[in-house]
Amino acid sequence: MEFAKVPSAPTASPPERSSEAAGPPAVSVRNLRKSFGALEVLKGVSVEAREGEVISILGASGSGKSTMLRCINLLEVPDAGEIRIGSEEIRLRKGRHGMEPADRAQVDRIRTRVAMVFQSFNLWSHMTVLENVIEAPLHVQKRPKRECIAEAEELLAKVGIADKRDHYPAHLSGGQQQRAAIARALAQRPQVMLFDEPTSALDPELVGEVLRVMRALAEEGRTMLVVTHEMGFARDVSSRVMFLHQGMVEEEGPPAQVFGAPSSERFRQFISSHR
Amino acid sequence: MQQLSYFELVGFGPNGWGLALLTAAGVTLAVASIGFLVGALIGTFVAWAKLSRNLIARGLADGYTTVLRGIPDLLVIYLFYFGGSAALGQIAGLFGYEGFIGVPAFATGATAIGVVSGAYQAEVFRGAYQTLARGELEAARSVGMHRWLMFRRIVAPQVLRYAIPGLGNVWQLVLKESALISVTGLVELLRQSHIAAGSTRRPFDFYLTAGALYLLITWISTILFQKAEDRSLRGIRRAA
Amino acid sequence: MDLPFMAETFLRLLDGLPLTLNLTFTAVALGAVFAMLLALMRMSGARLLDWIARAYVFVFRGTPLLVQIFLIYYGLGQFRPTLQELGLWGFFREPYWCAVLALTLNTAAYASEIIRGGLMAVPANQVEAARACGMSSFLLFRRIVFPIAVRQALPAYGNEVILMVKATSLASIITMMEVTGIAQKLIAQTFRAVEIFIVAGAIYLALNFLVSRAIMALEWWLSPHLRRAPAVTPPLVEAAHV
Repeated sequence: MEFAKVPSAPTASPPERSSEAAGPPAVSVRNLRKSFGALEVLKGVSVEAREGEVISILGASGSGKSTMLRCINLLEVPDAGEIRIGSEEIRLRKGRHGMEPADRAQVDRIRTRVAMVFQSFNLWSHMTVLENVIEAPLHVQKRPKRECIAEAEELLAKVGIADKRDHYPAHLSGGQQQRAAIARALAQRPQVMLFDEPTSALDPELVGEVLRVMRALAEEGRTMLVVTHEMGFARDVSSRVMFLHQGMVEEEGPPAQVFGAPSSERFRQFISSHR
Repeated sequence: MQQLSYFELVGFGPNGWGLALLTAAGVTLAVASIGFLVGALIGTFVAWAKLSRNLIARGLADGYTTVLRGIPDLLVIYLFYFGGSAALGQIAGLFGYEGFIGVPAFATGATAIGVVSGAYQAEVFRGAYQTLARGELEAARSVGMHRWLMFRRIVAPQVLRYAIPGLGNVWQLVLKESALISVTGLVELLRQSHIAAGSTRRPFDFYLTAGALYLLITWISTILFQKAEDRSLRGIRRAA
Repeated sequence: MDLPFMAETFLRLLDGLPLTLNLTFTAVALGAVFAMLLALMRMSGARLLDWIARAYVFVFRGTPLLVQIFLIYYGLGQFRPTLQELGLWGFFREPYWCAVLALTLNTAAYASEIIRGGLMAVPANQVEAARACGMSSFLLFRRIVFPIAVRQALPAYGNEVILMVKATSLASIITMMEVTGIAQKLIAQTFRAVEIFIVAGAIYLALNFLVSRAIMALEWWLSPHLRRAPAVTPPLVEAAHV
């Protein structure tokens, strides 16, 4: 199924992926710094994702990986640094309690192009699965209702829960809820997808069904940034892997290089303890 | 009469109603306290009935709490006041007395408050009892405590402890209900303000003062109940 | 137990029912709007607005409703010349408007806390998901926060409506002939307090029963996602409108 704005990338066969070199990178983050009170969580992190790339972000808890991801769609506002989505830079300014977005409307607009999948799914409990999926396209992007519903049904079929369209999130298993959340994110027709530990809250038996969906998305050529603990996914599906340690990038590169010949001792230990 | 300043009106000088208002506030506290205690007695008894295995007792207790929490307090006050007066009048009539005898307003007021607050207190006690961990009761039974001892040493102190927040709410309710007793003529705070207002033609000043006094009593009560709650929770870990 | 007498009393008391209902629903409706405003003030983050709202709630929950009624009905008479000049005296001399105003101001205080509780019970992560897909603040409130908050607040709000039904009885003290007003008049005339009390009480109990059923139905209708037995057991003790 082809969607607008996703360039038809050649079917990805890991580990090498060809990325479309034309135009600015889909996401460009430079020198992010972020402190929570006295604790400095990000100490100058940069990452760049070209269109069609899948970047896995690894690290121990507290390494800042989720914070970095959440800065991309401004769920956290960095204290310093630059964030660009495509050619647009998110404008920030100094507010009363630290940095804040200079233009709320810009933030809302950017967020429609950057879809996020959360660790705890965060489906809206008072809406059915279908209503969850059409909410953003219908009310935020103001697309015609019939089109939203048709597309939503295709997406639900694609992630494998077409029969749950009129169910409420409370009636779904964790894996089903996360797949619904992925369908909801896809319905935005995003240019970039952010995944914040999408399988960490799932029972082990349910992890597989979600990873399968994510793998299919990667093979379609979507631009994805994935914070994860799933080594298999990082190794087999990503174009690049990043390892964060205490707020800084320790290791970065294609999976073959990073897993095969890690230059950082810490990363070596990290891999072996997460086998 | 020349215009008296607000402070002269509520002060303690020759034209001041300050003393009268404070005394009336005392009456408010008195009738509220006695009513509250009566309610505590009734509430304990009704809560016990609600928790018993006896269907009739439960039914009656449920009926009591439903009815008295569902009808306006004013109606209950009218019932006791006019009903009581009618009853008294009939008794007096047996002795040849004709005419209206008003029941003592204080007693009637306290009774009415007691009967209504008893329904609320019953719910508080019942909830508090049900919060009590089953295990503690079982432990007491297995040690061989008989029921009265268990009640005295384990149940009552614990129930009281859990009941304090709920009782604080009921007390606030009782304080405000005491203002309704003014319809029987009892000279508590509201009635005294009403009298002063009529006499001086300065209703706003006096009702405002009454409101401030009620607020003061409410505020102090809240602090006292909070202190009691803190003390009672010594040694108990509560989920933040 | 004189049944014909009670039947006649019942019919007489019914005359007061429209006014009881009128006062209740007018005050609840107007009070809800004001309560919404107060709740938003408290959650606005602006310290001054928060303080004003908290002071308002403290005063109106900490003083008896009857004092509030007297303040408006009798108390404002002290400023009659000023009010007449402003053309407001026509409003404030009417017991009906004074009662509505007092009841509205009073319920707004209690309702604002209920609404605030509902707003705070909206799960933060659902708000985050809404923000993350680009919803503006207004859209977020309309589509996510408000619907969820209403469902959370409904049981407590139902209880508040029942308390308001009881509170309207105080209007009888300033000459309004709603159910309690008529009951009091009949008692004073006939001295048959017990029987009249029973009939009047039954009317109020029936009203409360209907209100709680209606709230339960509304809860059930709004929560297909939570289909469990909706509970409208009122919270242990709510400060009544006294």
